[in-house]
Amino acid sequence: MTEIFWLIPFVPAISTLILAIFGSKLSRKYISFQACFAVFISFAISIISLVGLMQMPQGSSPLVKNLFSWIQSGSFKADLSFQFDPLTAVMCFVVTGVGLLIHIYSIGYMAEDKSYARFFTLMNLFTFSMLILVMASNLVLMFVGWEGVGFCSYMLIGFWYEKHAAANAGKKAFIVNRIGDAGFLLGIFFILIHVGSGEFSVINEAIAGGSITQGIATLIALLLFVGATGKSAQIPLYVWLPDAMEGPTPVSALIHAATMVTAGVYMVARMNALYTFSGTGANVVAIIGAVTAIYAATMALVQNDIKRVLAYSTISQIGYMFIGCGVGAYAAGIFHLYTHAFFKSLLFLAAGSVMHALSGELDMRKMGGLRKYLPITYPVFLIGAIAIAGVPFLSGFFSKDAILTSAYAQGQYGIWLLGILGAILTAFYMFRLIFLTFHGKERLEPEAKAHLHESPKAMTIPLVILAFFSVVAGYIGMPVVLGKNVNWFNNFLAPVIQGGHGHEAHLSIGTEWLLILISVAVALTGIYLAYVFYLKKPEIPKKLVSRFPFLYKLLYNKYYVDEIYNATFVNSTIKGSKFVYKNFDLKIIDGAVNGSASATSFFGMILSRLHTGLIKDYALVFLLGAIILIGYLIF
Amino acid sequence: MNIPILSILIFLPLTGAILFIFIPREKTNLLKYLTVAVTVLTFLVALPLYFNFDGSTADPQFVETAEWIGYGINYHVGIDGISLLLVILTVFLFPIAIISSWTSIKDKIKEYLIFMLMLETGIIGVFLSLNLFLFYVFWEAMLIPMYFLIGIWGGKRKIYATVKFVLFTMFGSLLMLVAIFFLYSTYYKASGIYSLNIFDFQKLILDPGVQIWLFLAFALAFAIKIPLFPFHTWLPDAHVQAPTAGSVILAAVLLKMGAYGFLRFALPLFPDAVQKFLPLLAVLCLISIIYGALMALIQKDIKSLVAYSSVSHMGLIMLAVFSLNFEAMEGAIYQMLNHGLSTGALFLCVGILYERSHTRLIKDYGGVSKQMPVFSAFFLVCMLSSVGLPGLNGFVGEVLCLFGIFKSSHILAAIGVLTIILGAAYLLWMYQRVMQGPITNDKIKSFPDLNKREIGFLIPIIIMMFWMGIYPRPFLRKMDASVTHLLHQIKSRTSVSASVQKEEKKLITKTKEEKTEESKEKTNILLK
Amino acid sequence: MIPLSYFIILSLVLFVLGIIAFFIRKDLITQFLSVEIMLNAANLAFITFSKSASALDGQIIVFFVITVAAAEVAIGLAIILLIYRQKKSIKTEDIKSMKG
Repeated sequence: MTEIFWLIPFVPAISTLILAIFGSKLSRKYISFQACFAVFISFAISIISLVGLMQMPQGSSPLVKNLFSWIQSGSFKADLSFQFDPLTAVMCFVVTGVGLLIHIYSIGYMAEDKSYARFFTLMNLFTFSMLILVMASNLVLMFVGWEGVGFCSYMLIGFWYEKHAAANAGKKAFIVNRIGDAGFLLGIFFILIHVGSGEFSVINEAIAGGSITQGIATLIALLLFVGATGKSAQIPLYVWLPDAMEGPTPVSALIHAATMVTAGVYMVARMNALYTFSGTGANVVAIIGAVTAIYAATMALVQNDIKRVLAYSTISQIGYMFIGCGVGAYAAGIFHLYTHAFFKSLLFLAAGSVMHALSGELDMRKMGGLRKYLPITYPVFLIGAIAIAGVPFLSGFFSKDAILTSAYAQGQYGIWLLGILGAILTAFYMFRLIFLTFHGKERLEPEAKAHLHESPKAMTIPLVILAFFSVVAGYIGMPVVLGKNVNWFNNFLAPVIQGGHGHEAHLSIGTEWLLILISVAVALTGIYLAYVFYLKKPEIPKKLVSRFPFLYKLLYNKYYVDEIYNATFVNSTIKGSKFVYKNFDLKIIDGAVNGSASATSFFGMILSRLHTGLIKDYALVFLLGAIILIGYLIF
Repeated sequence: MNIPILSILIFLPLTGAILFIFIPREKTNLLKYLTVAVTVLTFLVALPLYFNFDGSTADPQFVETAEWIGYGINYHVGIDGISLLLVILTVFLFPIAIISSWTSIKDKIKEYLIFMLMLETGIIGVFLSLNLFLFYVFWEAMLIPMYFLIGIWGGKRKIYATVKFVLFTMFGSLLMLVAIFFLYSTYYKASGIYSLNIFDFQKLILDPGVQIWLFLAFALAFAIKIPLFPFHTWLPDAHVQAPTAGSVILAAVLLKMGAYGFLRFALPLFPDAVQKFLPLLAVLCLISIIYGALMALIQKDIKSLVAYSSVSHMGLIMLAVFSLNFEAMEGAIYQMLNHGLSTGALFLCVGILYERSHTRLIKDYGGVSKQMPVFSAFFLVCMLSSVGLPGLNGFVGEVLCLFGIFKSSHILAAIGVLTIILGAAYLLWMYQRVMQGPITNDKIKSFPDLNKREIGFLIPIIIMMFWMGIYPRPFLRKMDASVTHLLHQIKSRTSVSASVQKEEKKLITKTKEEKTEESKEKTNILLK
Repeated sequence: MIPLSYFIILSLVLFVLGIIAFFIRKDLITQFLSVEIMLNAANLAFITFSKSASALDGQIIVFFVITVAAAEVAIGLAIILLIYRQKKSIKTEDIKSMKG
């Protein structure tokens, strides 16, 4: 049954096609049924294939299905071919599994929306593109998915395009992503030139066989990573993600938390041999990841918009995944991707549920004390927050701990320290969010309070399922100190991670326990601080703000990065272009053209003066001409 | 099978145009249907060409020759892998262009249709001619209908635009005529035979110094047509003023003739000069790419935005052509088709908007998506095709072009890759201002969505966009042999003169070596 | 025998007279006549040289010139007549429609 794995992406594709063409004529019920059912079938095939993959004997070659030769011209060759290996299996599981839940959630969330068909068409299209991305067996096809998810993200962020902010955010996301893609494309070209093929298996062989130098490998790794910073919202191309929250909440959950934004991590893990071989490339990944993790966390501290806090949190968490990949613990990075998909989409969907209850309110200053009104949303939100904060026995704890331990084991103490610092901040801002939203005084607008209600079942059931996974998903990858074979996840991914130098070695059991204790302590400290700041003594934050107004403003305005980018890149480009257009295109080039035309007619006017119209004048000229001619002939 | 299929292809539209003289002008519907019938028939005639075309050889196929004026001026047509696809593109777009102007052209409809048919004949003739004189005749003949199309059915500044268009093109092509005559006389002196056959000229071995001037004359004519920076300013004017169908044909096919000219004449005839001017041309292309994109970014008029985007895209295509490697060349030809489809489609979309609102200024629009959801989907696909989103045609061409450029120069590719960022920026920004946001203008609220005719002429383009993006094989395979042959011609003929130089160098080095050996011997003797 | 130079001088004198007349007179008819005088001066020169060189070419050319002159007179007079009808004048100063 495993051979049919290549059908996984095509089911949503067919559904997309049907919805795109007939969407306006179908009933709402049918549309949502078909969209969810398509994802469900993909999910089912993914599970079947996953099971098949686990039963396969160790060392067997990965499953590859080559459909047809897509582009072939000279040495440029790209096939439409898919592969299914453990890494793809994990990704497929996340994409279709979480995707299915979010599709179901959307039935409730989007029930009132006019463009129901468009929404589900795009969600299916997104699922298709994302599956292409994770299943592609070569870089060029992966790039197709890479751009495809970018496009869906553009369309879905700008789903409510009547709002300027939404249309702007969509455009910004696409263009910033394209900047990354340009680098990514150059990276692909380098690989195609130096390796001769974009197939992952060939690339890995080439690296193992030493057919590219370390310098080239680093260059490729960095170029590909430029693409990853765009897609996965890392410094310096993260600016689009907070704005992307203009889209519907299920979109934020699916695309901007669980799947698309983690594509960069997937790519780095997929190219692990390259990054490990390059060394420098991996270090850059780790450093960018660590810096982003803490940088985004600081911005999350002061935001008042519930979704924006989550957005910065996502950026920060992806930073952790990159730390994992950068220090060589690719399995840990992917493990965090996998757990993060559950708890972050849970948080987003729960936030959507809060919004739904409050008729679209996003500002935490206008919430508070909601826990009694939202009996399902509150506990699941809490579970999500605990999971992301890294409290033991929930999924986030295992994955984050795996990453930080690896960083420490690799001797990257600076990165480890940044990670720990980020962990405090994470726990702090998540519980700030919880306390401001669900605890304390009610600060609701009277109008919103009148409509206050818990969300319908279509929304709460996925929340509960996600909450369940947020708790248990981590148990397949427990720390090695608990026993040799408990880290099933690492073992499962091992065949894919050729270059990784896992974290099992190097650390004594004592150190490892110590590290675990530190991260637990850190998480609890963060939560306690948030408790003190926002429940026990709510005057502290205000005092801090008045004490450090500059720092607060800096954080609140997101370090003014948007403003700086606008001033330096966007405005200067537009102003410069306008200047050149007016002064060069219209004045110099067109001026030269029009000038030559008017010069011609000017000379014509001068010459026409000679034509007096008098016969005698003409005869005189004629005579003179004749005399000169005769003179010339004689002398 | 001895059907003169190429001649039918060339002269079928012209025959239709002549037939129209006998139809009274009041019968507009009959005229319109007949025109569509003629163009569709032309398309159908071209289809067997595609299927019977043998992709494994680079020789021109379906060749027809006939005596004409004599002294080498003969009727000589044929088709190869490069012209085949461009001809198909032309005959594919003509019915669409004519259907698109079904209601927008109201006065002098008979003349309009006659000029459109004449234009089609001219364009097909250019792509099929293998005799330089014949080529020149078609090249110039095609200007006449275009001149009138812009000049009569154009916008407010139509006279300025059309005169500018004709003067620019004439200026270049006159120099080309001089160069053709020079080639003609050189060949006569060398062989004693009057000939204007391209293949005869390709056998000529010209002095590199002479080649430079000839190449410049040809290159100028083609560079103006493409148009490369800084010869581009006729394009926005012509596009903005031309009627929709005129813009479509202008962007989709006429610009390609410049690129085709480089591929067919300038590159294989003057390989040494090409090598010499390569850096200059590459820089011009690069400037075109960036400059066109930046200018597109700030245009206030949708049509001139698309026109500048053409400058940018054609810059990329030419940069790929000048990279002189297989992938780039195939990518360039493929991208020509893509650009024809996507830019043509964009102009059609703008035309649809213009028909409803009679304005082309971006600021007069806003929130059109809400009023015209079907149109917004079509427009989106056309735009994405132009942006080069994978899965649509633009990506395949763009990625091949960039890869080919990358192969010959990493730096050029690194700058050229900016096109994918800027391309997204100006088109998406335009789309946002026109289609998204709240409805700002009350006029927009009365816009009807697409009617069946409009959907009908957009759908074939959309289908082609997907097909060419998902399964480009049938198109790429048709050009393989021709491209290989072209590259071989350029490389082998440069190596003729280059090898002479090399031999000279060898001689010099040999003598040097001898000398060093002698001196060694001397030192040896001395040491002894 | 009258010496050759006499004929040539006569021809020259006639030609110069024609030129002078053309430039000092102001009405088209007289100018036209002076052109005829110049033509005949040329004819005389042709015949003279033809006789002295005893070749017939010159005489043949003279016939041509006479024919052309006749045609010219016919058309020229017609044009002058038409100009007079339109402008009521055949003064050269009044005819300036070719002014650039």
